[in-house]
Amino acid sequence: MLNIDAIQNGIVIDHIQSGTGMKLYNLLGLAELDCCVAIIQNARSNKYGKKDIIKIEGIETIDLSILGYVDSNITVDVIRDGVIAQKQQLVPPQKLVNVIRCKNPRCITSAEEAIDQVFLLGSGGRYRCAYCEQEYHA
Amino acid sequence: MRHLIDPLDFTVEETGALLDLSECIAQNPESYSETCTHKKLATLFYEPSTRTRLSFESAMLRLGGSVLGFATADSSSAAKGESVADTIRTVSCYADICAMRHPKEGAPLQAARYSRIPLINAGDGGHQHPTQTLTDLCTIRRRKGRLGDLTIGLCGDLKFGRTVHSLVKSLVRYPDVRFVLISPEELRVPDYIIGEVLRPARAAFREETSLEKAMPELDILYMTRVQRERFFNEEDYVRLKDTYILTSDKMKNARPDLAVLHPLPRVNEIALEIDDDPRAAYFEQVQNGVWVRMALIMTLLGLTGKGERTC
Repeated sequence: MLNIDAIQNGIVIDHIQSGTGMKLYNLLGLAELDCCVAIIQNARSNKYGKKDIIKIEGIETIDLSILGYVDSNITVDVIRDGVIAQKQQLVPPQKLVNVIRCKNPRCITSAEEAIDQVFLLGSGGRYRCAYCEQEYHA
Repeated sequence: MRHLIDPLDFTVEETGALLDLSECIAQNPESYSETCTHKKLATLFYEPSTRTRLSFESAMLRLGGSVLGFATADSSSAAKGESVADTIRTVSCYADICAMRHPKEGAPLQAARYSRIPLINAGDGGHQHPTQTLTDLCTIRRRKGRLGDLTIGLCGDLKFGRTVHSLVKSLVRYPDVRFVLISPEELRVPDYIIGEVLRPARAAFREETSLEKAMPELDILYMTRVQRERFFNEEDYVRLKDTYILTSDKMKNARPDLAVLHPLPRVNEIALEIDDDPRAAYFEQVQNGVWVRMALIMTLLGLTGKGERTC
């Protein structure tokens, strides 16, 4: 089995659905960070059989709110001095920017590509386009 | 700087103040004829509209201001591919206030982010039409003397009818408003209006397919046109367009103080014979639309202190 060293300080994003680790890496903009990032794909999981894991060394202040939209099963641990210092609770973010696209052909975002795709969390727990208010269906 | 993009951008109190000003203007429009001297209204109409554009232009001219703009997208830079953001940045240099109609939903919201002048949404696709909502509220209040304690029937295309959605969202803010939602199954009010507007507001409502059945209990009947331009499928439009036609026969069961509203234009959903019925309020609505737009222009330009108040 491949071994990846435990991190001393940073963030571990665990229980990512197998095969979606790279997608999360891109969504979180991790390529832009100037620190060590490891993506482990298809790690063994007692709960899910297989899972992906992302480890980010030396930083704990990145915006992870999008994880609450992507998959509520994901867990986030903040590591300090080699031990779990905090388990972050994931909640769906109030606002999603450029994560999903509005499918309403009458929406201004369908006509002007440069406009950010902005969705707001509605009272029914569903996301609506900030421009046309159409509900998003995956 | 204030814009009006969504009917709910104004609180109940702000809406009340705007309707009060509309009433003052209606009582004595001449007193306001120089309120907007030297001010310019840009009307950016990316899709055809007779009523709304002329109403805005009439409102500004009655206030002593002037108007400029375009009436179709073909005659604007949009035909060359210009974004609404660039257009409004440019127009901000030419005018003091802007009314925008656009076929794409959310276009006025996007424009407002870049605008340096107050921007009014004059209708964006099937989404919002806030000045129609203000006009509707003005007409209801002038006819009934109140905006609460009313039973209002909304009839026709409740699915695509933006005026219906906006009116429901506005009226749930007033006490004891009861809604009768009259439509064919295919044109029912969207689920989110029920789940996210009516139910959270604890508004009394019921869905109904028979106009005749609903008539006796209504204080207000809001008729709508089935709009061809909102359908992708012509067959569906043809099948549904004549579902409800208001005739003298149906009016026999209505209350003597019913007020019949319609955002206009009508096709055939209100028979011509109803026009002479004193309960028909839809042409008053058109006049009220001018008073409301005058009040709105004054409000957004911060000119509400000007003009002689006569009421």
